[in-house]
Amino acid sequence: MARRMDHLGLRTAMADRLLPVLVAAMSFLAALAIAGTLAAASLAAQWNHDTGIDLTVQVPEPGDNAVGGSTPREQAVYDILAKSPQVQAPHVLSAAEINNLLRPWLGADVASLGMPVPAVITAQWVGSGSPDGLRTALDAVAPGTLAETGERWAARVAALTASLQASALSVLLIVALVAVAVVAVATRAGLAQRREAVEIIHGLGALDSDIASRFARRATMLTAIGSLLGTACALPVLFWLANLAAPFSGVVANTAWPVLPPVLWLILPTIPLMAAAIGWVTTQQTVRGWLRRLK
Amino acid sequence: MVRFDDVWLQYHRSSGAVGTESPAIISHMSFEIPQGGFRWLTGTSGAGKTSVLKLMYLAEQPSRGKIELLGTNAASMERREAALLRRRIGVVFQDFRLLEHLSAFDNVALPMRLARRTEGQVKSDVTELLHWVGLAGKMERRPAELSGGEQQRVAIARAVVNRPKLFLADEPTGNLDDAQADRLMMLIIGLNKMGTTVVVATHSKRLVAEYPAPRLEIARGMLALDESLVWGR
Repeated sequence: MARRMDHLGLRTAMADRLLPVLVAAMSFLAALAIAGTLAAASLAAQWNHDTGIDLTVQVPEPGDNAVGGSTPREQAVYDILAKSPQVQAPHVLSAAEINNLLRPWLGADVASLGMPVPAVITAQWVGSGSPDGLRTALDAVAPGTLAETGERWAARVAALTASLQASALSVLLIVALVAVAVVAVATRAGLAQRREAVEIIHGLGALDSDIASRFARRATMLTAIGSLLGTACALPVLFWLANLAAPFSGVVANTAWPVLPPVLWLILPTIPLMAAAIGWVTTQQTVRGWLRRLK
Repeated sequence: MVRFDDVWLQYHRSSGAVGTESPAIISHMSFEIPQGGFRWLTGTSGAGKTSVLKLMYLAEQPSRGKIELLGTNAASMERREAALLRRRIGVVFQDFRLLEHLSAFDNVALPMRLARRTEGQVKSDVTELLHWVGLAGKMERRPAELSGGEQQRVAIARAVVNRPKLFLADEPTGNLDDAQADRLMMLIIGLNKMGTTVVVATHSKRLVAEYPAPRLEIARGMLALDESLVWGR
């Protein structure tokens, strides 16, 4: 069987330490950036969902009559909410529940302060968009009634998520560019060290593609190994971060070990593949460019 | 066939005014060597013999004029075409140009492996050739472990292993004793008889006298004498 000859002596020219270590560091950062992007997207989706559907209605002077009738304002508002197909599970907070809500600010017994406390009705908003129509209907029977969903917070969370994702993608892009630069520099160093051998092989009739492929095979192997190591080293850190984020995600509360999102398990193996691709393409381009100086 | 038609070789200056050129290394060079021809390339040191050989193995492109090598116009060749043409040209350099990290066997095998010959054929041909040049017991030695003469024989074996159509040698007997030089000349003449065009640059008057063939005499970068016309081939 034909043995794979190292005609150009690349085993010594392209060192098997520096390039893999640098690529491992790049891959480590890439794994963290990807995990950060996914985590931000996942938390944002969850928070959007939670805050977007909670509907809180405050009815001032709940015992007064509603407009155009003798029904108390609180009851009139509740009736509208109960009949609306876009509202589910309306619930009038009891005095004790309101007390619990306000205790941190107003003390143990809110009623004893003699303050005008509005009635509070909570519900789930299942309509699309903001509940402007509902607000108008409620205000018509009980002027001054406030109906709020978490849409404003949802918008802020979305903006925060977008900026986090943009940062993570910028990190990924920078990591990829640095990886390209590292591979190009390593290849140029290898070419400088093996210049005479390359010129001899070129003179013997080696095609540019032959020479470039020999360098590219070596670089691809080194980048793939480095990237595998870097990605593997990132795993414990990702588990640790997942553990820290567990209370916010609410996904892993019942497991002894933190769980990484399944999509992350699909994406992490692509990091060594991407690194190998960067190694191959960059080396090919660098060597072919260098060879053009030879006649 | 090798044909030079008013060939010039001139380098652009790396610094200084744009467009300035250094003096011509080769100028007004025209000659023709038919397929299967043999030519001595003679001249004093610095006359331009190595430059003429470089033009023949495509290490340099002429600044002016036209070169035809083995039926191909050297100026209009793509890189791939030039590489494939180089495989049909065997060259022995003055400084041998062996790969230091490879054994004698692997150095000689290199042109065959680049041409994607089978390992069986490589082993058979290279072993036979190294036997022929007297290096049967030193096939696994690296160049640094060989004497100058042995390195030269490795370089010669590498140049002929692919049975080239054009064989070029720059002082191939410089490090050989007379017996080894004669042995080498027998090999070169054998190649020539099989149809390989041969050009050998040499200072050795003994070789030129003992192996008579037309001379191309170079002086100051120009062709001072072409004996082809005298020899009639």
